[in-house]
Amino acid sequence: MSEKDKKYTVVEAPEGYSAPGFFATTLDKAVGLARKNSLWPLPFATSCCGIEFMATMAAHYDLGRFGAERLSFSPRQADLLMVMGTIAKKMAPVVQQVYEQMAEPRWVIAVGACASSGGVFDTYSVLQGIDKVVPVDVYVPGCPPRPEQIIDGFMKIQELVGNEPLRRRYSPEYKQMLESYGIKIDK
Amino acid sequence: MEYNTLLQELKDKFGDSILSADDTADFFTLVVASDIIKQLISFLKEEQNFIFLTDLCGIHYPEQEKELGVIYHLHNLVENKRIRLKIFVTKANPQVDSIVSIFSGANWMERETFDFYGIDFVGHPNLKRILNVDFMDYHPMRKEYPLEDATRSDKDDRFFGR
Repeated sequence: MSEKDKKYTVVEAPEGYSAPGFFATTLDKAVGLARKNSLWPLPFATSCCGIEFMATMAAHYDLGRFGAERLSFSPRQADLLMVMGTIAKKMAPVVQQVYEQMAEPRWVIAVGACASSGGVFDTYSVLQGIDKVVPVDVYVPGCPPRPEQIIDGFMKIQELVGNEPLRRRYSPEYKQMLESYGIKIDK
Repeated sequence: MEYNTLLQELKDKFGDSILSADDTADFFTLVVASDIIKQLISFLKEEQNFIFLTDLCGIHYPEQEKELGVIYHLHNLVENKRIRLKIFVTKANPQVDSIVSIFSGANWMERETFDFYGIDFVGHPNLKRILNVDFMDYHPMRKEYPLEDATRSDKDDRFFGR
C-alpha cells in the first residue's frame, strides 16, 4: 500500500535527520513521542465532570484516539491523574495518597471548576482546588466542561509530555516543588 | 390517643418541665427542660408507643439566651401519630443526655449534631466527628462564621467586588 492510500493517520515524526534506512532524533523526543501517545489515565471522578469523562471515553468522542483508552484503576500503573469533581477536605489526603502511589513520571489534570478552584462550593468542607495538595499540570475550566474541552486539556497534557526533558524529574527544583506540597519523595 | 390527653398525662408526670406545647402547626410540638429529655423519651417509647425515632438534629438561634437546641421527632407507629420535642441549652454548657441507650439509631445522629453544633451528648459511647475532617476545630453550622471558607487564600476580595 502506498503512502497515499492510507486510511489512518500515524503520529508525526519529531524533528530529526532522516535518510534512506535511518532516522535520527534526540532520546528526549523519541521517549516523549512514545509516552504522549500511550498515556494511561487514572480517573478520579467524584461528580458531574466524571459523567462528562464517561462521554469522553465512549465511542462518540473516544479518548482512545489519543492513545489513552487503557484506563488504569490502580495508581501504580497510571501516568496521568485526572481529578474530575468536587474534592471535600476530608478527601484531600486520599487524592494526595493516590498521587504519591503513582510512579514517576506522572501528570495531573484538574477537570472542571471544582477540582480547579473549589467552584461554587466556597465553603468550610470543600477543598479550594486540588492544587492545595498536589501539583497540577493542566486545568480544564467549565461546570462541567464538555468532552471537547476535556480532550483539549488532554492534548495540552500530551504537549507537555512530548516536550518534557528526561532530566526534569531529577532536578532539585522538581524535588523542592514536591516537598512544598508535603509529598513524599522516593529516595 | 388525643394530643390533649397526652399533654395532660405529660403535665401530670413532668410538671413544670413541660415549658410549652403547640399543636397548631403540622404536628404536636413540645418545648421541654433539657434535663428531663431522657426520661421523657423513655416514657414516650415504653408507655405511649412512640417506638420510632424519625430524626434528631441541632439548631442555633443566636438571639436566644439558650442559643443551642436539639430537636427530636418521634413516631407512634401503632396509631400513626408524630410528636416533636425541642430542648434548649446555653452555648457555655451545651450538655444534653444521650438517648443512645433508648434508640440505637440516635448514635450517628448525635455524632452529627455534635459535629455541626458542638452539643455534648453526655453518655454517648463514641462522641466524635462523623462528617467533617477530624482536625476541624470549630462547629460549622453555628451562626458564628462567615459562609465562605475562612482558610482560603486564592480568592482575592478585590476580584470579587468586595
